[in-house]
Amino acid sequence: MTLTVVEVAGLVTVQDAGRPGYAHLGVPRAGWLDEPAALLANRLVGNDASAAVLEVTLGTLSLRADSPVWVAITGAPCTVSIDGQAVAFSEAARVPAGAVLRLGAPPSGVRTYAAAAGGFAVDPVLGSRSTDTLAWVGPPVVAPGQTLPLGEAAGELHPLDTPRPPTPAALRLLPGPRADWFAGDPVALLVGAKWSVGAASNRVGLRLEGPALRRAPAYDGRELASEGMVLGAVQVPPSGQPVVFLADHPVTGGYPVAAVVHPDDLWMCAQLRPGETVRFSRV
Amino acid sequence: MSPALSVRPFGAAAALVEVADAASALALSLWLRERIAAVDIVPAASTVLIDGCTAADVHAVVGHWTGESDTVTGRLVEIPVVYDGPDLPSLAGRLDLSVAGLVAQHTAIEHVVAFCGFAPGFGYLQGSPWDVPRLASPRARVEPGSVGLAGTWTGVYPSASPGGWQLIGRTDVALWDPTRESPALLAPGTRVRFRAVDRLEGER
Repeated sequence: MTLTVVEVAGLVTVQDAGRPGYAHLGVPRAGWLDEPAALLANRLVGNDASAAVLEVTLGTLSLRADSPVWVAITGAPCTVSIDGQAVAFSEAARVPAGAVLRLGAPPSGVRTYAAAAGGFAVDPVLGSRSTDTLAWVGPPVVAPGQTLPLGEAAGELHPLDTPRPPTPAALRLLPGPRADWFAGDPVALLVGAKWSVGAASNRVGLRLEGPALRRAPAYDGRELASEGMVLGAVQVPPSGQPVVFLADHPVTGGYPVAAVVHPDDLWMCAQLRPGETVRFSRV
Repeated sequence: MSPALSVRPFGAAAALVEVADAASALALSLWLRERIAAVDIVPAASTVLIDGCTAADVHAVVGHWTGESDTVTGRLVEIPVVYDGPDLPSLAGRLDLSVAGLVAQHTAIEHVVAFCGFAPGFGYLQGSPWDVPRLASPRARVEPGSVGLAGTWTGVYPSASPGGWQLIGRTDVALWDPTRESPALLAPGTRVRFRAVDRLEGER
């Protein structure tokens, strides 16, 4: 069972839950950025939660099936067609042998997920099939002409499933380890301002633009020895413009962490477009 | 618990423990591996990140640490090095050593990987007696296998990357090979000895 990549625009990678547990070796966790969307896609086609899916970033994708396969497309909503015939988004659809599944570009959101029954069975590295775009651990980026193997479809289809989590009004913040480095309570400063998503945002981090977070006088110009970083850490470089660390974040960082985004709100960071507004709230 | 320790909450399910130095961070991280259920335990220059448990849990366990390490005898790895790095002569001069003297000292030391980072397979090796400044302008490309010094650290570049460490030699040992069962040759606690060779395998 394979799917052949006919056309790709934008970054398309294979992702599963990632490879946490290797940070002490310098290996980023990687993994799907919008976890609820990826898990929903897997459930719709009867996959185990650990099955690998494709993550399409602000792009398009066409895949040809060599034999009939059930697929489901979730995440950033886009047009989905099979041999030119429109099919529903976020529902299981059957792609006949030889037919081409096509995902259009999403008019809103950033990342669309494509699950296929059996999961994308590329060779795992350190227990995960995820492509890490910082250190390039895992399979290569999905490219035209590539043949993607599928695993054995085992589970039952779930034609209807639970909806996505509601979009949070504001991303909830937990305290970070270096609040004392900032002039004032950094969570209050983050909550009190309106932030805009920066164009350089990627799988490593969501870059935010707004009023600079200033250092406390005692820490002005001081260097922080690199220390371990977590998913959702809001790191503040000397520019004062925060970066929310996403799945491909470096395992250590040398700038103080002002706060941490609540794990349940991280999926939203995967779907915020450059220029969109972000607000924070305190847990 | 040593008075230098402080436990800082890092979000909902992680904590950062501050220790005196990299050696303490390594010792604590190895000690914790046997005693706490965490997703990641990441030593660094003067901290240990424990990801996957609450600060309260970390506090309760770390409170029993008296500063000892019960796994100081990590695996010993020997790395053959051709000491012909571009920065070797100037660095030896700066340290008031002959090139041969620097090589003799560097190969006599048993280094220990204090922590990893920067890239998969890159270890910060402790043991050198020198404090070496980084290059004023980093190289745009450092070849994989390059052996460099910076600060009190020795490091071996696992893959080609920009770099500001002073390069003293090169090896053909694969620091990172994703096809191996253990892709990283070096992990925190691994002991390393460098062996001076005239040429690497496959060179004539």
